[in-house]
Amino acid sequence: MEQTKTKIKQFLAQFFGSHQLQDNEDIFALGFVNSMFAMQLVLFIEQEFKVAIENEDLDFENFRTIEAMSNLIERKMAVLAGK
Amino acid sequence: MTMKIELTPQQKDAQTAFREFVNDEIIPYADWCDREEHTPPNLIQKLAEKEYLGALIPTEFGGSNLDPIAYGLLNEEIGRGCSSLRSLLTVHSMVARAVLKWGSRSQKEYWLPKLATGEVIAAFALSEPHVGSDAKSIETTAKLADNSYVLNGQKKWITYGQIADVFLVFAVCEGQYCAFLVEKDRPGLAIKSISVMVGVKASMLAELHLDDCVIPSDNLVGKPGFGFAYVASSALDWGRYSVAWGCVGIARACLEASLKYTDARQQFNVYLKEHQLIRQMISEAIANIKAARLLCYQAGYLKQVGDPKSIQETSIAKYFASVIANKVASDAVQIHGGNGCSSEYSVQRYWRDAKIMEIIEGSTQIQQITIADYGYQEFLNNDHR
Repeated sequence: MEQTKTKIKQFLAQFFGSHQLQDNEDIFALGFVNSMFAMQLVLFIEQEFKVAIENEDLDFENFRTIEAMSNLIERKMAVLAGK
Repeated sequence: MTMKIELTPQQKDAQTAFREFVNDEIIPYADWCDREEHTPPNLIQKLAEKEYLGALIPTEFGGSNLDPIAYGLLNEEIGRGCSSLRSLLTVHSMVARAVLKWGSRSQKEYWLPKLATGEVIAAFALSEPHVGSDAKSIETTAKLADNSYVLNGQKKWITYGQIADVFLVFAVCEGQYCAFLVEKDRPGLAIKSISVMVGVKASMLAELHLDDCVIPSDNLVGKPGFGFAYVASSALDWGRYSVAWGCVGIARACLEASLKYTDARQQFNVYLKEHQLIRQMISEAIANIKAARLLCYQAGYLKQVGDPKSIQETSIAKYFASVIANKVASDAVQIHGGNGCSSEYSVQRYWRDAKIMEIIEGSTQIQQITIADYGYQEFLNNDHR
């Protein structure tokens, strides 16, 4: 879990510059808007954690914070492991 | 191990097959299509028979599942022959990718096999009379009523809109961006042809007029609010990739025509190819085409491995390839002189088509703004601060 969060934090750092992002900080509220960001985030999660982000995962709550993204990834990895 | 930039034997075989198909089935008709502003159905049928319309669709849905590099090579070859037909491959594949990535299970099972065989042709409907680059300002609206959405608004410059069976339409619903599949025969949808464009003239453009057009709520692709940053963006990424390769194809067609012409025509008692200023243009074209192709390979490789950097690298490839295609095409017309300005030679078509490539799928100026972001991101991430 902590490792997942660290990796997400490292990825997000390139978009947020010197801002030290907290686990529960709302990334949408920071006013970061770039249409390329969303796709890069999806590709990062898919490549790094070997899970597919799909239709049913499209909920802003899943991407709002590092904590939320980490939970989504853990849930998806658990489903894969259970198969 | 040394770094290697080389096609696999399978990709080389595929490239040979694409090249032969384009030489035999597309090039003999491309100037006619341009003049008539029309793509004959049998030409599209031939693309379908070769399974090229299912290039980006997995085999489980009946597609031919080309890897990104092979798909790029296909776009280069078709782009070399006819940019209009390449545009069909572009928009059709963009919609297929959007459905594959963000569609529901039932949307995938219903649409993908039909898109793979070409039984259904798809088009991408984002641009509007008042909205081009500033896509977030789209004015088309959707309203949810019971189990339906009611769409109102206009779409413009829709590539192959005249013949498409289904459109991926972008609209705003209660302040949220949404993407919808709209079948051509839905009541309230009127399709009007656009003609007399300067380039990509056979791409059968249309306007869509949505006037209380009612579609089932199941036609929503993705979720409300995700229509732009996710559905449109992922489709446009594949669109830029296709256009980038298509531009390499245009530039190659120009170079090949120029090599042939300068090898056969004499002025001042020597072949044109002996004149230094001609050689300068030829050399520049060769270098630019090689550079553009390498950027396309890079973007394709990153797509293959699913790297997040593939998004920006695709933009860079599209930006560079479309700019150099214009330069190479303009030089090709210059080299051909009066002949180059006439309908007897294809270089004037390539030149007109190249211009369109700097406008579609993110104009040169939009790329010039966004690529800089990438530079800052990289710089900051590498902790050079």
